[in-house]
Amino acid sequence: MIGVLAQASTTDFDIFVQTFFKATALGSLYSLLALGFVLVYKSTQTLNFAQGAMALVGAWFLSLVFIDWDFPARWLPGPNWLHWIIALLVAAAMAAVMGMAIEKYTIRPMIGQPLFSMAMITLALEVILRTISFDAVNLTTRSLGVPWGTRIFMLGGARVAWSYIAATAMALLAFVAIWRFFKTRMGIAMRATSFDQEAAMAQGINVSRVFSIAWASGASLAAFAGVFASMSPWPSGGTANRDGAFFVFRALPAVVLGGLDSVVGALVGGMIIGFSEIYAGQYLANYTGVLGVGYQQVIPYLVMLVGLLVRPYGLYGTVEVRRV
Amino acid sequence: MRGRPGLYTSYEAEAALLPTRTRKVALGLLILVLVLMPFSLPVIDQIPFVRFLGDAPWLRVVNRALIFCIAALGLNLLAGLAGQVSLGHAFFMGVGAYTAVLMGGVSTPHLWGWGLPMWLWLPASGVVAAGVGILVAPAAVRVRGLYLAITTIGLVFIGLHLSRVFEEIAGPGALGRKWPKLQLRLWKEEEPFLDFSGNGHWFWFDVNRTQKTYYFLLALLVLFALAAANLARSRTGRSWAAIRDRDVAAEIMGVAEFRAKTTAFAISSFYAGVAGALLASMVGQMNPEAWNLLLSVEFVAILLIGGMGRVSGAIMGTFFVVLSPRFVEQFIGWTADQAEGDGLFSGFWDLLVVVGSGDFGLISVTQQALGFPLPASALDEIIYGVLIIVFLLFEPLGLFGIWVKVRNYWKGWPFSY
Repeated sequence: MIGVLAQASTTDFDIFVQTFFKATALGSLYSLLALGFVLVYKSTQTLNFAQGAMALVGAWFLSLVFIDWDFPARWLPGPNWLHWIIALLVAAAMAAVMGMAIEKYTIRPMIGQPLFSMAMITLALEVILRTISFDAVNLTTRSLGVPWGTRIFMLGGARVAWSYIAATAMALLAFVAIWRFFKTRMGIAMRATSFDQEAAMAQGINVSRVFSIAWASGASLAAFAGVFASMSPWPSGGTANRDGAFFVFRALPAVVLGGLDSVVGALVGGMIIGFSEIYAGQYLANYTGVLGVGYQQVIPYLVMLVGLLVRPYGLYGTVEVRRV
Repeated sequence: MRGRPGLYTSYEAEAALLPTRTRKVALGLLILVLVLMPFSLPVIDQIPFVRFLGDAPWLRVVNRALIFCIAALGLNLLAGLAGQVSLGHAFFMGVGAYTAVLMGGVSTPHLWGWGLPMWLWLPASGVVAAGVGILVAPAAVRVRGLYLAITTIGLVFIGLHLSRVFEEIAGPGALGRKWPKLQLRLWKEEEPFLDFSGNGHWFWFDVNRTQKTYYFLLALLVLFALAAANLARSRTGRSWAAIRDRDVAAEIMGVAEFRAKTTAFAISSFYAGVAGALLASMVGQMNPEAWNLLLSVEFVAILLIGGMGRVSGAIMGTFFVVLSPRFVEQFIGWTADQAEGDGLFSGFWDLLVVVGSGDFGLISVTQQALGFPLPASALDEIIYGVLIIVFLLFEPLGLFGIWVKVRNYWKGWPFSY
């Protein structure tokens, strides 16, 4: 199965398979970002527009830990990939701390303010974090030292990049972890808080801790998504770049399509958006003259618009009961 | 009533635009100062801010702020009055700008343009944007709150893509194309009878192009602000406020929700369209990427900083947001001078600012390259973000709220309330 010798002529089916893996990977990345959104929205009722920028900062953290500080290799023996994974975890932990700090100093004082003021704060954070990651630390020229680099393997006649497999595995892992987390004590507390904050407080749940854990996990999920979105086969090509910011803005349709407050919605929405983007990019390429260059990047928004017209609260979102 | 400005004895008095004599005098003085500002006159030049805002480099920024004011007033009607927070304002500005360039632009083999005069393309840019707003409104009526905000983000990205598809209108790639100038012609004759884009002579005074543009924009802004203030106290404006405060209750009282939201979108888009056309034709040449999400965010920031739902709030917020980066720039320039000189604090500034090569510091004045000593442009963006956060955290009602506090302090002095 794996080998460079199997250079059979690529059939239509092979292209379909190839596209399938790419679409799954992109869908996974969107789902990861959407999951972070949903966790934060469910518990703190804040729409975190800075999720994308936090992903960029997460990628910078990895580059800082793994390349600049050479942190795990200095202390531990062992193979390169193990060091990389440790560095990834350290970067995610750093992102979690950043998320907690953001929650503590900018979101918590705003509790009780209109939802839109909070959303605006996260938009301002987006501007700050994006400027820092592009202009101050020059993310565009940084390497992430990905162990599998640009390597691909052959599945029949289809060429599949290892990065695609890694991204899908990462998303699977994250969703299983979150699903397990919801069964734990803290997870139940989080679900209770999202259901009714005051009732949860009356039951002795530490709501502010739930908030900071939600932001911490949202930020580290963003960091994972940022790292896996900055790998080679994606347009950014091994280093994070400015397109990354727009890439992460395209995760918004995934959240909205799935429903702002549904974990299942994040998965399904992310996959729908990822598949429609990649398959449209593959099979409508002949019509580029009519549709314009880069038309596939608009597909997520079109899918979102159509989806919202049919179901205004997304596929799995809670329908808001409107009272006088 | 005389001597009791807070007491209204008739509905007319309560709904009046300028209920008290103080306000009438204050507004009259403000307009007088604004009209005389661009000239160096003895009294006007002593007033702080006005002293330098009238100078040519600053007047150009003020012109930009005036255009942004018009767009912000439009978003204020939609978001502040009707409660529909939209992040798609940049899209409608783009629609207006491209209508203007299609109707007023010069035709070449690769670009479309009909070369029509300004009295046609300026209103048309607003009307076409309003039409697009009406097209979008049915979708916006179905989705609410934060879902609406994200949907309108989609609009911005779709608009950016459309500008890439229709290169005949938007111009090739990142170059963009030239917009028609702010010149009034009767039809397509050579010599405009009123030219806002060149130096000239009005009555007994020499006026340069910046001053002419300033007067034109100031007149337009007064017109649009009056229209916005009057809309707010009309039947339409009251129906918007009812929808904003509680949509179900408004519907029960007989306010047609669909119609109110559609008119809100249409009128707000009209403002945005005109502002977009003005901005593009003042700048002269614009890249399609200029109509991006950041521009939309800027307008929501303007409303939040100025204070939602108020004409004066929108105008104050615009001036704050548009002028503050320039002040930051000036400040950085000043710190660089301090670091070079040998004043009392030069050592402190020297630590902060990079002036020459091999110097240590956080902010770079000379170098524009990206990287650790922050270029001044990056610092601008960061300060802009920080400002939004600080305002929302400490003054949720914005500049208008600060003004109310100051006013109440003086009204109640020497008592605290």
